[in-house]
Amino acid sequence: MTETMLPKPGSNVLPGPPGESMLVEVRGEGELVTQDMSLNIGPQHPATHGVLRVVIDLDGEVIEKATPVIGYMHRGFEKLAEARDYRQIIALVNRHDWLSAFCNELGVAMAVERMMELEVPERAQWIRVLMAEWNRVLNHLMFVGSFGLELGAITPVFFAFREREDIQHLMESATGGRLHFTYNRVGGLKEDLPRGFLAASEHMVRNVRMRNSEYRDLLQGNEIFMARTKGVGRLDPDVALGYGVSGPTLHATGVPEDARVTEPYAKYDAVKVHVPTGTNGDSYDRFMMLVDRIDASLDIIEQVLGSIPPGPISVKLPKVVKAPEGAIYVRTENPLGQGGYYLVSDGRKNPWRLKMRTPSFNNISMIPHLLQGVLLPDMIAILGSVFFVVGDVDR
Amino acid sequence: METLFTLDNVWLALLLKVIAVLIIFLTVPLVMGYMEHKVLAHMQARLGPMEALPHGVGQLVADGIKFLQKENVVPAAADKWVFGLAPGVMLIPAIVVLTVVPFGPGAFAENLDAGIFFALAVSSIGTIGLLMAGWASANKFSLMGGLRGAAQLIAYELPMVLAAAAVVLQAETLSLVGIVEAQAGFRLFGTITIPYAVPHFFGLALFFMSAVAELNRPPFDMPIADAELIAGHMTEYTGIRFAFFLLSEYAGMVVFGALATVLFLGGWYPWPGYLLPEGFLGVVVGFGTTIGKIAAFMFLFIWLRATFPRLREDQLQRLSWLILIPLALLNIVIVAIAKVVA
Amino acid sequence: MPSLPAPPRIGLFKGLGLTLKTMLTPATTAQYPHVKPDLPPRTRGVIALMEENCTVCMLCARECPDWCIYIDSRKETVPAPGGGGRMRTRNTLERFAIDFALCMYCGICVDVCPFDALFWSPEFEYSTYSIRELTHERDQLRRWMDTVPPPPALEVGAETPGEIETGLDKARTQAEEQISAMLAAQRPAGEADADGGAVQTAAADEEPHVEAQVDQAVYDQLTADGVPERAARAKAKAHYVRTERARIKAERAESG
Repeated sequence: MTETMLPKPGSNVLPGPPGESMLVEVRGEGELVTQDMSLNIGPQHPATHGVLRVVIDLDGEVIEKATPVIGYMHRGFEKLAEARDYRQIIALVNRHDWLSAFCNELGVAMAVERMMELEVPERAQWIRVLMAEWNRVLNHLMFVGSFGLELGAITPVFFAFREREDIQHLMESATGGRLHFTYNRVGGLKEDLPRGFLAASEHMVRNVRMRNSEYRDLLQGNEIFMARTKGVGRLDPDVALGYGVSGPTLHATGVPEDARVTEPYAKYDAVKVHVPTGTNGDSYDRFMMLVDRIDASLDIIEQVLGSIPPGPISVKLPKVVKAPEGAIYVRTENPLGQGGYYLVSDGRKNPWRLKMRTPSFNNISMIPHLLQGVLLPDMIAILGSVFFVVGDVDR
Repeated sequence: METLFTLDNVWLALLLKVIAVLIIFLTVPLVMGYMEHKVLAHMQARLGPMEALPHGVGQLVADGIKFLQKENVVPAAADKWVFGLAPGVMLIPAIVVLTVVPFGPGAFAENLDAGIFFALAVSSIGTIGLLMAGWASANKFSLMGGLRGAAQLIAYELPMVLAAAAVVLQAETLSLVGIVEAQAGFRLFGTITIPYAVPHFFGLALFFMSAVAELNRPPFDMPIADAELIAGHMTEYTGIRFAFFLLSEYAGMVVFGALATVLFLGGWYPWPGYLLPEGFLGVVVGFGTTIGKIAAFMFLFIWLRATFPRLREDQLQRLSWLILIPLALLNIVIVAIAKVVA
Repeated sequence: MPSLPAPPRIGLFKGLGLTLKTMLTPATTAQYPHVKPDLPPRTRGVIALMEENCTVCMLCARECPDWCIYIDSRKETVPAPGGGGRMRTRNTLERFAIDFALCMYCGICVDVCPFDALFWSPEFEYSTYSIRELTHERDQLRRWMDTVPPPPALEVGAETPGEIETGLDKARTQAEEQISAMLAAQRPAGEADADGGAVQTAAADEEPHVEAQVDQAVYDQLTADGVPERAARAKAKAHYVRTERARIKAERAESG
């Protein structure tokens, strides 16, 4: 069936557009010609954050069915973990959700520490909170920028990346890396902060807070932005909980479930953690979560800056770190949602099994539900507002 | 008013006019394109092109050379003739409209009696080019982009034409040169001399918004929304044909800016009622004034692009059909009443 | 009747004002090739090798998650230090290469080296046209040492690092000795005895040198217990040395 096929006189079949091996059938009198079209968004596409493929069936501009196809970035991390010791695993685990690198490392380190019943020094725990919150700010700034970019606002992404560069420079002065920190170790941190870090942190908090109000002006208060995102991609709290969604996507629906509050780890029980919640669960609320959470994280950082006690930065470990036999599950609040680390050890220096419950996996599992009956431009608004990192989905 | 290119030999005059129009067409959009790069960059807290000649002034020339030496890829399933002609169909109207737009006293190619009518009619031929590109590309994304684009362009023709009609009503002539001259002698209720921008403020806003939509510029750039459709109807084009699409966008910006200048900002007069010096100096001052006003419109185009996300297709259509067209009709009614009363 | 879009309010204009304001403030771009970035000293740019410190213990190659460190060594025999005794064997470094195409810049090798032979340097401009050139050999790694910055001072409240602790201890004891020596030199001759005694006890407090010999009794007992011959000999020698030293010290204490 090619475009050179001419319609027979009297038939109601017309050739489709060039390149489309389909024929368009005219049904009935006065009925508009429609044809279902199956479209592949991705895996290489400017809109998806990485190599996520969504196969959508379109009826005109309305999505009948959407199926995410994942696995394009599967790197076999859990299998790799079975052949690496714990310090090497910490170096690898910051690469699956590369925007929340420190929080991933923290989860694994905490899992091993809890199994070995190590007492992490106070100073290390406070600094862990500090770095985890800076990581959260970095992560949310990224999504603030990219969400605007997908909707056509090309400026906020540059502002967001300007802030990210400054914060990354700060993190680099302490850890040596801008994205993959490898700063956690089992029993504490690799080395202490450099002199001037806390003062620079304070200065940066003021800066980012001021700029955050600019994002509110540029996007949150913008009527076009509101028209594009309000009421779009509405999510019910029950449906969200049913799919296991967590993090800002869940908070936008009104459920304030946050592992920092329900199961505090590191020093989160000693700081006041504010969990902003939304009302509608639509894309606008999810975006608002990001901007509010940046402010909340800056508040936590300010509390931490005044509370770091002097002391050692890590526990003195044996030459070879062996976790005792047993299994443990550790929950952390990663910036994208709740991350879980299930560690099974048989007493050797490699884990028997390290299973990671990644927040992005559950967040995108509700894409078919969210995209049902939605217009194509809204699909972009929704995909951009369900925050995920493909490395986190596929590991 | 007579054009500068009045010579005894008609064919020589014609040749000169063609050369003049082509020179304007090839240089002014490039300057405006450079302005876009730099202004957009500074609005985004970055520098823009800096490497191609000091401060990046050679960037667009370098881009042109780059496009020229690229491989011309035509998809195997594409409709070759339609695919090949589409960029031309989008570009030629912009050049043709430039023949009637006056850039200064006598600095125009033709002074048609139906100038504005001709300009608006020819500029809407570009819609066909867009549809041709979307259809012939053998690509679902391009097809969707083409359809969206066509719907958008049709929807926003009307507010533009109606706003221009209000000005024509005010100036009592369709000729562009005549409109400029009429503005020169315009007095608001018989008192102060101002350009039409003040009494036709809504008309200017409507014309400007329609121009933004006609050019597929943000916030009305859904047809080429690159987060969704990569480049819409332009996706499958490479090399010089893609450059033609981009050039048609910049040339369109110059054309619409020039039309808006002529219709609303008083054309080549720095201020209505202020006479230009005689002779060649007057032409230069007038030309410079027009370019300056076009640059001001260009700045507005860029400012909108930097700041706003894009409107969804249905919101865009609703805006045009339900808000802009009634406002444009209202505008005409008010102008007509004012014209009769005053 | 489809719903009308909301009329524009102040939000749109706030956005326009923000972009205008940003346009008028200087850009934050650093034009890279003309301006080098200002990198902090801990930046993980490239790994440098101090060959002199390396004892070819292979810990870095073993701990690397990517196995990107290639080490070759050979055994050399050298005469015993201080003359006499059997020849010692020593590992000599032949090849030490890091394949930066594989390296993931985790820093575990730098952490794990017990002899401080590996260091981080902020250099990052070593891209090449051929992937083979990304394997840096010994001499190139030694040259990176010139770019290694000193470590930054630690934040207020941090524990002093171990190397600095021992260094400080040594400096403290040295300072104390110098002070007491100065004071001793300044005292008049009449009080020489008391301080001389102090100096002498200081000398006497030094470990007496005892030539190691096998204590036969201990050796026999250990071999009877089933301890391997070599270990038994070593323990017997150590026992002998200990008892001899204690005896000499007791004699000195009696006489002094």
